[in-house]
Amino acid sequence: MLRIIVCVKAVPESKAAESLKIDPVTKSLPRLDIPLEINPLDRNALEVALQLKEGSGAHITVISMGPPPAGDIVKECLALGADKGILLSDPAFAGADAYATALTLAKAVKKIGEVDVVLCGRASSDGATEWVGPELAVFVDMPIVTMVREFVKTDGKNWVVKADIENGYRLVQAALPTVFTVTQDANTPRTLSFSGIIKSRKKEITTWGLNDLGVLEDSVGLKGSPTIVSKLAYVESKRECEFIDGTLEEKVDQLINKLVEAGVAS
Amino acid sequence: MSDHINPVWVIGEKVDGNIPPICFEIIGQARKLADELDAPVEVLLFGKGIRDRVDSLFHAGADVVHVGDATGFEVYQSEIYLASITALVDERKPQIMLIGSTFMGRELAPLIAAKLGTGLSAHCIDLVLDEDGILEQQIPAYGGLMSIICPDKRPQIATVARGVFPMPTLDESRSGKILQVDPPPEMITRVKTLEVVHVEPKGLPLETAPVVVAGGAGAGSSEGWQEIAELAEALNAALGSTRPAVDEGWTDLETMIGQSGRMVSPEIYIGIGLSGEQQHMVGIMGAKLMIAINNDPKSPVFGQVDIGIVEDCRQFVPALVKALKEMESDPVRATHVV
Ligand SMILES: Cc1cc2nc3c(=O)[nH]c(=O)nc-3n(C[C@H](O)[C@H](O)[C@H](O)COP(=O)(O)OP(=O)(O)OC[C@H]3O[C@@H](n4cnc5c(N)ncnc54)[C@H](O)[C@@H]3O)c2cc1C
Repeated sequence: MLRIIVCVKAVPESKAAESLKIDPVTKSLPRLDIPLEINPLDRNALEVALQLKEGSGAHITVISMGPPPAGDIVKECLALGADKGILLSDPAFAGADAYATALTLAKAVKKIGEVDVVLCGRASSDGATEWVGPELAVFVDMPIVTMVREFVKTDGKNWVVKADIENGYRLVQAALPTVFTVTQDANTPRTLSFSGIIKSRKKEITTWGLNDLGVLEDSVGLKGSPTIVSKLAYVESKRECEFIDGTLEEKVDQLINKLVEAGVAS
Repeated sequence: MSDHINPVWVIGEKVDGNIPPICFEIIGQARKLADELDAPVEVLLFGKGIRDRVDSLFHAGADVVHVGDATGFEVYQSEIYLASITALVDERKPQIMLIGSTFMGRELAPLIAAKLGTGLSAHCIDLVLDEDGILEQQIPAYGGLMSIICPDKRPQIATVARGVFPMPTLDESRSGKILQVDPPPEMITRVKTLEVVHVEPKGLPLETAPVVVAGGAGAGSSEGWQEIAELAEALNAALGSTRPAVDEGWTDLETMIGQSGRMVSPEIYIGIGLSGEQQHMVGIMGAKLMIAINNDPKSPVFGQVDIGIVEDCRQFVPALVKALKEMESDPVRATHVV
């Protein structure tokens, strides 16, 4: 049976995340208690796995690196149909950039052992780098295809996928085991009913920390991150707005004048 | 400029047989950084039949171009490109590596960074050197700018968003050194691009359009969206969007402007029914004239534009389209208006 690992991330709930803004005075971020949700694109990755499971069968392991509350996200994946959930949580993992995150996930993938397919969302809604999937692939010595929008052939050991490029797509053949990152066009992810979420809270997940993964403390988290945030700056607009007043017709006429002046409408 | 100073690298790329503008934009910025560091600019260009394009890279500011003009490099194959690039990094030891946020760049950059064990920032909108000559890689975040640095590991690698740096002026008297790169012999690859399929893009390309009309949540419905699309057509403008318009299904993700979407730098930008959230606004770099139409006089969008109109877009946009159409069919009214 196909052995699939899906990497999911707990991210700040999107509407609430928008209220997280740099303070113009202190140039720092306010501390807000924002609820977590499954990174939207990771839902697409999980959906790929669930459809494969419903098709020819698969065993799905979900792994997530995050603080203990991220365990609820892993449980939600179990409720959606994943078979096993592993939370990678340890104070030492905190502050990781994409590199250290990918390295930690890679240790877990290796510890799990036999795997045919690793699926990740194209990017996370908060970090938005797109780097974790490809970096993970390098660390576990698997090839990767990023931005997959369609799984064209998924039988046997040689899969064929469609991956986004500028104004089109490429058709890529991949010999398993391979890592794929999945775009929002791949499918429409299923959602859980509220009762499903409640039930999933009771499901058991495994938690692995630093010692379980057998990694050195300075190769993970903030210490293991080659990049750091050096500055936060507030940006002020240099434009000054001239309002066009009058009746609707007058506003239309005046705007057209401006457009003609600027060389657009003629 | 001395040769022993570690070079600033640019990973070039060929898209549909051409070198896309982003490569030149990045070379222009690499040149500036390299001048400050007294370092050479080296560009890598892989493909087939690309020799005749190399001069333009020198004109834009490259000192050295590593050319991989071979069948093995014809289309992007991640494992082949990765092996060739990392081998060349060992030899040339670049201190900085800049890669366009294209589909190829976004896959290749993290592979290179992980293989080399170094850091990588994503989709930068500005790159400057700090007092120690370390690259500050700036990305939009939390309504402001976040600077990322990679203090210890080398090279410092960044992907660069499209359209954030100006096209450099081409100096046709500039030339440089061409160094040939050969593909690795007989490599067994596990993933292989079988075919590259191009689909005709819908509408005008946002990146190059002189006028961009962008609609947001304020469109209210697919009818409201259609009105904004008609305005774009009447002005011969490219149509852009904010995230809610995409989420509502009024338009494709392809049209989304901003941090997670496209970067545009038109002469004129018209934002309709959108609030001016920074994640959207960072996508409009260097627009000359910015106009906003919003029914809320207190909307933050007005603090970021040159001309503001407080109106319900469902009333205003159809009236504007009608007036534009009348102008076209009735030049007398046109002169009257002007
Ligand atoms: C990490 C991250 C990345 C993001 N990336 C992007 C990105 O790349 N691009 C992007 O666009 N967004 C992005 N977003 C989302 C972004 O934060 C905003 O949510 C989004 O830009 C808001 O879109 P909007 O202005 O259309 O909607 P809103 O903020 O809801 O604004 C709607 C506006 O329309 C006005 N309005 C309502 N009705 C009317 C009417 N009848 N006539 C006229 N005006 C009307 C309202 O006054 C309001 O100002 C991102 C968010 C996050 C957290």
